[in-house]
Amino acid sequence: MVKTLTIALAGNPNSGKTTIFNNLTGGHQKVGNWPGVTVEKKEGTATHNGYTIRVVDLPGTYSLTAYSQEEIIARNYIIEEKPDLVVDVIDASNLERNLYLASQLIDLGIKLVFALNMVDLAQSRGQIIDHKQLAVLMGVPIIPTVGTKGKGIKELLEAIVRVAEDKASVTRHIHIDYGRELEEKIAEIQGTILSARSSMDEHHARWMGIKLLENDEEVIKEIAKRPRKKAVLGQLQRSTIHLQKILGDDPETLIADRRYGFIHGALKETLHHAKKDRRYLSDQVDTVLTNRLLGFPIFIFFIWAMFQLTFNLGSYPMAWIDAGVGLLAEFVGGLMGEGLLKSLIVDGIISGVGGVAVFLPNIFILFFCIALFEDTGYMARAAFIMDKIMHTLGLHGKSFIPMIMGFGCNVPAIMATRVLESRRDRILTMLINPLISCSGRLPIYVLIAGALFGARAGNVIFSIYLIGITMAILMGQIFKRTLFKGEIAPFVLELPPYRMPTFRGTVIHMWERGSIFIKKMGGIILIGSIVVWALSSFPQTVDYSRDYEGETQLIQKEYAVVIQGAEGEQAAALAEERDQKIAEVEILKEREFQEKSLLGRLGKGIAPVLRPLGFDWKAGVALLTGFVAKEIVVSTFGVLYQAGEEAGEESESLRAAISKSMTPLVGYAFMIFVLAYTPCVATVAVIRRESGSWGWTAFSVGYGIALAWILAFLIYQGGMLLGLG
Amino acid sequence: MDALKLNEMRTGDRGIIERITGTGRFRQRLMEMGFVPGAEIIVEKYAPLKDPIEYVLKGYHVSLRHEEAERVLVRGVEEEEKED
Repeated sequence: MVKTLTIALAGNPNSGKTTIFNNLTGGHQKVGNWPGVTVEKKEGTATHNGYTIRVVDLPGTYSLTAYSQEEIIARNYIIEEKPDLVVDVIDASNLERNLYLASQLIDLGIKLVFALNMVDLAQSRGQIIDHKQLAVLMGVPIIPTVGTKGKGIKELLEAIVRVAEDKASVTRHIHIDYGRELEEKIAEIQGTILSARSSMDEHHARWMGIKLLENDEEVIKEIAKRPRKKAVLGQLQRSTIHLQKILGDDPETLIADRRYGFIHGALKETLHHAKKDRRYLSDQVDTVLTNRLLGFPIFIFFIWAMFQLTFNLGSYPMAWIDAGVGLLAEFVGGLMGEGLLKSLIVDGIISGVGGVAVFLPNIFILFFCIALFEDTGYMARAAFIMDKIMHTLGLHGKSFIPMIMGFGCNVPAIMATRVLESRRDRILTMLINPLISCSGRLPIYVLIAGALFGARAGNVIFSIYLIGITMAILMGQIFKRTLFKGEIAPFVLELPPYRMPTFRGTVIHMWERGSIFIKKMGGIILIGSIVVWALSSFPQTVDYSRDYEGETQLIQKEYAVVIQGAEGEQAAALAEERDQKIAEVEILKEREFQEKSLLGRLGKGIAPVLRPLGFDWKAGVALLTGFVAKEIVVSTFGVLYQAGEEAGEESESLRAAISKSMTPLVGYAFMIFVLAYTPCVATVAVIRRESGSWGWTAFSVGYGIALAWILAFLIYQGGMLLGLG
Repeated sequence: MDALKLNEMRTGDRGIIERITGTGRFRQRLMEMGFVPGAEIIVEKYAPLKDPIEYVLKGYHVSLRHEEAERVLVRGVEEEEKED
């Protein structure tokens, strides 16, 4: 019979928890999110000695207080889901601080195994750890491991099974001694809790007592829901006042102090330093990478290299996917008869989803680079270097990566906000990121500025980018002062030692994030593509103002006579001329169809709103299609201005048509509108996914459109007043 | 000796943490990261733009902004003690 176990993996950030997880589960893992939040949840399974062991990876945390989402998730999982045991991954080279979390886990009175990870690094630093003695002092089995090399994993699994079967000899419940005064108060509160709920485990009641003295909001809330809450909370208040009077400090400080005291005592016996030298190789690398003079140039080089890799190297597979999508559309189109279903599949689904699928190489390369930055420890240094600049914008040092990535594509940029720990920073960065002008918007600027500003086009486009950056800073400041007031997360950033990443680890990292993009985004993009397809293809029958069919036939007939009379090359030339004329008629028909489709009607419907900005209904339709992807705006213009769908941003005839119907002032206002409003449906989808909230998503879309309208209005009306129209 | 603010120390200086001013989340976070009274702290370096500052504490590296380091009070350690 198969026996099953559920274990949770806890540990500090940078403790190598991920490598242990990968080794335990062999890379077979499910990545998802914890319910309701965007903190990644990973699960996998291991087998050992007839056991199937489900491994749940908890978020990396320094502590189990109620101050961050990650900590609450980790804690609630342990308390509420009651895994059979918890493995705490401890960085051996940073033992003292890592044991702080361990001491909190001990307080919980649960079954534990400690993985003493990176023992090789500790050894090379001359730290000799008597892990057997430490295990006795902590009452928890300790297994030395080296996650990156897969060492100690078998022993870890054995210890897990032993502890789960209650066969581990060192396991015992120890109480961290908080000192006479604190212990008295903990016992009093514990007693009150137990008398209110006699069914509760005494370790858990003790833990609650400690947490209450630490002024833990979540536990206070929990108590407030129970019977006899007044007795418990009254007891707590008296104890807190009493302790403050006697010991002259808050209980929470005293408790943290005592925990470190306990750790210090345990390490005094078990940790010895063979070398006094504290300059390690990592520090030497760091003196170069965060050097006063070299730090910035090196950082800029790395970012530049990441950009180049993402968008240049990525352009090759991008072209293959694009070609592949084209072939698929052709192949599927060839299999199916003309009709609505074919149009839906080919024009709606394949080209819509294909349009986003081409970004996959970019996204995977980007995530590979980010994983590399994180796995080596450079990400923390980038934040260290950039923090001063980003902080003046109201952001965290790490926000720099998503902001710079936005110039390429906002979708991976918003996904890159995952490097930020605080939700406030994450949402703020997501909200202003769309103002960083992505590469998808560039063709529109090239088309319009090229048509209307001639030789000054380059400067005009540059000014748009600058306005985007300025608006991002400005909106960041406004949001910081209004929506996120008083929620500032302290910048206590650990700078972990540089480490050599493993290729496998980095690839797994990349895959975890990239696969989320594929799975979750697919659905929304599919729906978005179908909606736009439907809007632009219905109603099916349009009352055309002209008889296009007849005109085409007429052209056919006219040329048939002439071509028969001509010979060889002349006939070929005439045939070409005929096809061109037919194509022109087709474009006219397509244009009228677009105008009379639901999308065209919508464009006309919103025209009054856009009139104060100087935009006509064609611009309105173009902006509507731009919700799907900015790249489409140019092809929409192509159709509406009768230049044909294949007209690119360099097309002369399209430029001529635009310069006839837009003044430079309107063109500029239009470009600003394109800059500020929602980049594309994929961005909306990714904001929804990463913020975990429809509210923030709606806000992002809403404020983008409002900002776009206001800016375009100011430019157009201001320009008119100044006589620039 | 008078207590200094942590951001008043210079690169290479050593100090012993006396206490952390303020309350709430920030203080708790610092405490659990090892900023407890009696702990030794060394100023490793300043960022290229002078903010934040990198410290070595309990054998690991951590950085704080000026505005946060200001709330940590330390007692400087004498030169001769520094040598051993």
